[in-house]
Amino acid sequence: MSARSLVSGKAAGPVQTLDDPLSFWGGFDSSSGKVIDRFHAQHGICLSGTVLCMERGRGSSSGASVLAEAIRLGTAPAAIILLDEDAIITTGALVAQMLYKIDCPVVAIRDRAEWRRLSALPRLAVEAGAERLVITPPR
Amino acid sequence: MELSTTDHEILNGDHGPAAADALQLVLRFAEAVGAPRLRACASAHVDGCLYHGQASLDYIERFVALKGRVKVPTTLNVGSVDLIHPELFIGDSKLGAAGRRLMEAHVELGCTPSFTCAPYQTLLRPRFGDHLAWAESNAIVFANSVIGARTNRYGDFIDLACALTGRVPDYGLHRCENRRARVVVDIHGFEHAGPDQAGGLAVATGLFIGKHCGDAIAAITGLPRSTSEDDLKALGAAAASAGSVAMFHAVGLTPEAPDLLTATGGLDVPVMARLGPETVSGILENLSTVTDGAGLTAVALGTPHFSLGEFDRLMPMLDLAPFAVPIYVNTGRHEYEQLSADGRAQRLEAAGVTVVVDTCTYVTAIIRDLSGAVMTNSGKWAYYAPGNLGVDVAFGTLADTLLSAKAGRVVRA
Repeated sequence: MSARSLVSGKAAGPVQTLDDPLSFWGGFDSSSGKVIDRFHAQHGICLSGTVLCMERGRGSSSGASVLAEAIRLGTAPAAIILLDEDAIITTGALVAQMLYKIDCPVVAIRDRAEWRRLSALPRLAVEAGAERLVITPPR
Repeated sequence: MELSTTDHEILNGDHGPAAADALQLVLRFAEAVGAPRLRACASAHVDGCLYHGQASLDYIERFVALKGRVKVPTTLNVGSVDLIHPELFIGDSKLGAAGRRLMEAHVELGCTPSFTCAPYQTLLRPRFGDHLAWAESNAIVFANSVIGARTNRYGDFIDLACALTGRVPDYGLHRCENRRARVVVDIHGFEHAGPDQAGGLAVATGLFIGKHCGDAIAAITGLPRSTSEDDLKALGAAAASAGSVAMFHAVGLTPEAPDLLTATGGLDVPVMARLGPETVSGILENLSTVTDGAGLTAVALGTPHFSLGEFDRLMPMLDLAPFAVPIYVNTGRHEYEQLSADGRAQRLEAAGVTVVVDTCTYVTAIIRDLSGAVMTNSGKWAYYAPGNLGVDVAFGTLADTLLSAKAGRVVRA
């Protein structure tokens, strides 16, 4: 498996898969945890506490600030499972971990078939570390 | 990841706890973008002074508490308030206070209180070939394209982390092979354009490459000789607003493009579009949300921050005063000092022009009357302000905007 941990941590929750990439800046409200991009197909859904599956991030680097703020407020996803590496999402989650000791593990799967399989499951548990990466449906 | 001796020293805490913390972040970022190593950077431009919530403040205060100091000359992008004319801020006072603290805390880390999106104009002009850790989309494009310095699109948190360590991930536009043009955009019919027309053309070209070229660097051919550095600044700003452009080549005008073949690295690359006067007018018309003749409540200039050269062009147009609506011009505090010293600031004020420093009228609450349309000569302002401020916008050349300010409605030169 070619998957990589970008930000370490343990989390579990219901899977929420986004069909299109989301820009956290301008597209996500850190006070409510909802998608607020009017042009996004899943406008209005709440991402708080979910294992968010999306192929990649999008948009302004200020997305890192918005994600860090959401993690601080407890409105962020519990974990983020990407297809490809994303520097903005990684930075936001790393900064929140550094400042608040709250983990929002971020993983890049780097294999489309595997990412599709995972994103179709109802719930996932993520354990991401430098040495060990486990993504499983929780028992 | 290959770590240098310097990297090891920083991680060991030899350069203090703030640098050690910041380098951890730079290394994790480098891993995420697939950079094999870090390299030294000559300067940083940090976009951390716009308040996005408590996390913005907590991040900077952590480094202040650890007694961090930036390791390379570091300029600051615009903040939320004009610290020299604080009375201009008309937004929520708590937000204003948080924004002010954010600006001051960065200065405590040794950043230069420049608060400008155009640090390359008077303050910190990088040299050709310098490696930079710059944020702010227009400054990134300008540094890469017009100066030939090298930076990726850095941004929130990581810009400051690079400044505190003097290290930057070695990938993307830091490497020669990634700086070559992959598409050509050819312009025709503007060979004899004057300065005013060249300004509009630059904005249209920028919007076009932002929208259509994606990550592929464009080589633009056919821009007129009258194209100034300020026009290239406007082109880059518009491109980075409409898309994620970090660099372009203007063949015959920018340093890595003396000719098309040099810009493409000797490769034959496809012409993706040919833009003539009709397409250019169409692009510019689409920028306006109101039609000609619509009533105005203000004119907004200086996005990116006005240069002294742009003030030179503006001054004779003040003979049109009195104006029917207020004119706002954003600029850097260093440019403003010069304007004050040579008497231009007083003449601008007397003509009804409000000079705004440290911030920008499209990101914060400055313009008092937004009940009618605002006219601008900036592609970037026109692109963002309707969303940020909920205002109608009319786009025009510099001459158009001044004539319209006099008429109180949208007219053309």
